[in-house]
Amino acid sequence: MNAHQSLAIGQPIQTSEAISPAMTESDAMVRFAGISKTYPAYRGKPGVKALQDIDFAIPRGSITGVIGRSGAGKSSLVRLINGLEKPTTGRVIVDNRDISALAGRELRLAQRSIGMIFQHFNLLSSRTAADNVALPLEIAGWGKADTKARVAELLALVGIADKHDRYPSELSGGQKQRVGIARALATRPSVLLSDEATSALDPQTTRAILDLLASINRELGVTIVLITHEMSVVRQLAKEVVVLDAGHVVESGHVADIFTHPRHPITQSFLAEVIGDSLPVSLASRIVPEPVAGGQAVIRVQVRGAGAGDTLVARLARELDLDVALLSARIDEISGQHVGSLVLGIPVGIFGGEDAVTRTFAWLSRYQFPAERLGHVA
Amino acid sequence: MSPELINLIIQATGETLFMVGTAALLGTVFGLPLGVFLATSRKGELFAAPAINGVLGVIVNATRSTPFIILVVAIIPFTRLVAGTSIGSTAAIVPLTIASTPFIARLVEAAIREVDGGLIETASSFGASPIQIVLKVLIPEALPGLLLALTLAVVSLLGYSAMVGAVGGGGLGDLGIRYGYQRFMPEMMLAVVVVLIALVQLVQSAGDYLARRVNRRLRHR
Repeated sequence: MNAHQSLAIGQPIQTSEAISPAMTESDAMVRFAGISKTYPAYRGKPGVKALQDIDFAIPRGSITGVIGRSGAGKSSLVRLINGLEKPTTGRVIVDNRDISALAGRELRLAQRSIGMIFQHFNLLSSRTAADNVALPLEIAGWGKADTKARVAELLALVGIADKHDRYPSELSGGQKQRVGIARALATRPSVLLSDEATSALDPQTTRAILDLLASINRELGVTIVLITHEMSVVRQLAKEVVVLDAGHVVESGHVADIFTHPRHPITQSFLAEVIGDSLPVSLASRIVPEPVAGGQAVIRVQVRGAGAGDTLVARLARELDLDVALLSARIDEISGQHVGSLVLGIPVGIFGGEDAVTRTFAWLSRYQFPAERLGHVA
Repeated sequence: MSPELINLIIQATGETLFMVGTAALLGTVFGLPLGVFLATSRKGELFAAPAINGVLGVIVNATRSTPFIILVVAIIPFTRLVAGTSIGSTAAIVPLTIASTPFIARLVEAAIREVDGGLIETASSFGASPIQIVLKVLIPEALPGLLLALTLAVVSLLGYSAMVGAVGGGGLGDLGIRYGYQRFMPEMMLAVVVVLIALVQLVQSAGDYLARRVNRRLRHR
C-alpha cells in the first residue's frame, strides 16, 4: 500500500486532452484561469488558502464531477462558478462570460443562466412545490401566465406533476430534490451546479436522482457540474472528473482514465471506496511477513481496463503451470473499464523456495499488471 | 353597576384599543424594517453595514432599557411637538410607538435570524437582489415568528397603555386609577382588570392561531 502510494509523489499532474486548459474557448462551459482564493484572517482566525493554481475547463454539455474530501475547496469552487464569491486572483469564465468581473445587476442577470441544487434542498417552507419552482421566475420578472405554464412543464419534467400544491414538509427527500432540480432549471440555465445534491438521500433515491440528472443532461444539453465527496456519484454519472485536494487540482480528465490509472493518493483512496482494498478479515489475520515453507505468498494484482483480468488466473496457472489460489477478488466497472484487484496465493516450496513467486511477478510485469506482495500464509 | 359606569368602561376600552392598535401599527411600520436591517447588516450579511448596525443596536438597547414611565415623561416636549398635546389617548400614542418600535425591531430581528441562511444563498444564486431576498424569502419564511412577535408586542402595549393612564393618557388604566383606586370602587378596578385580561387572551389566541395557520413547516397530513 505504502510502496504503491509513494509512486504518486512528485509525479506531474495527470491531465487529459478533454479537460485541459488548452480546450478552445467555445468548447468550455466553465473555465478556471489562474484561480486562487484566499479568505483573509478574521477575528483571530488565521487566513485560509482555499484554492490555489486552479486551471481547468469543464467541457460544454458534459457531466463533470468535482470530487474531494471536506475542506478540499469544493464549496469555494462552486461559489466561484455562480459568482457568489470573487476569486483572489484569476478569472472564472462561464459560458464565454467572465463572471468574476461582474457585479450588481449584471451579475444577477448572469446568475440566471446558472442553476444550482443543494444538499439540503433549500426549499422555502412557506411555498408549495409549484411556488418554489416559480421563485426564480418571479425574481427574473416573468409574467403570471408564462410562469404557470413553465412551472407545470418543469414539474412534469422531474416527475412530480402531482405534487404541485404540496408544501415541502409534505414531501420526501427525493421529491424535495426533484422540486430543487425543477427550480434550478426554471430559467433555462446552461449550467447546473449540484452541490452534494444526493448526500442527504438514501442509495435508492440517490440512484433515481442521478438518473434524472443524466436524462436532463442528455435531453436538455445542460452542462452538469457535480460537487461531491462520494466516489459512487462520480462513478455513476460523470464522464469527466476533477480531483481536488487541499485547494489544488491533483488530477483531472476522463473518469475512465483517471480511475483506471489513479496517481495521486487521494484519487487512489476514492477508488478504494468503490473497489475496496481491504482484505477479508480471516485472510488478513493469517498473513505473516516471513515466507512460510510449503505455504503461499499472498500477491495483490491490480486490474485496470476493459476486459482486463477476465482470464488472468487461468492464464497464469496454465502458462506457469502453477496451482494459483484465488484468495479474494473485487472487480467493479467505472465508465466501462474494469477496476479492481485480485489477491492470489502463489505456492512457496517446502524448503522456502520462491521460484514460483519470482516467475509470477515476471509474468505479471510482462503483461503490465501492477502487483505487490502482501505477505505469506501457511 | 350603573349604566354610566358601564359606558365609561366601554369608552375606556375603545380608547385603549385605539392607542394600542395605532401604536402597534406604527411600531410595526418602523420596527419591521429596523428589525430586518438589524438582522441583515452585520459584517458579511445582505446589507452589510456593521457601523450603522452597531449604532442602531445601542439606540435600540438604550430605548428598551429606559423604564416606560420615565420615557413617557422624558419625551413630553417631543410628544407635544408631534401630537400637539401631551394629554389624552392621541398623545399617548407617541410614547407607546417609541417604546414598541425597538421592542418589535428586536423580535423581528430574532425571527429573521431564524431563517436558514442557506435560503439566502439559494436566492442569491438565482440572481435575487437583496430587496427581493427580504420580500420573497426572509419575511415569508419568518412569518410565523413575526406574527408571534407582533402578538407579544400588542400584549406588552396593553400593559404599557394602562401605564400611560397614570399620566392622563386615558383608556382602561386611567379608568382603573381614577375610579377603582382614587374613588375606592373595587368593582370598577375588577371590571378594568377583567377587560384587560380578556383583551390579552383574545390577542394571544388570535396571534397563536394565525401563526399556526401560516406555519407550513409543522404542517403534516
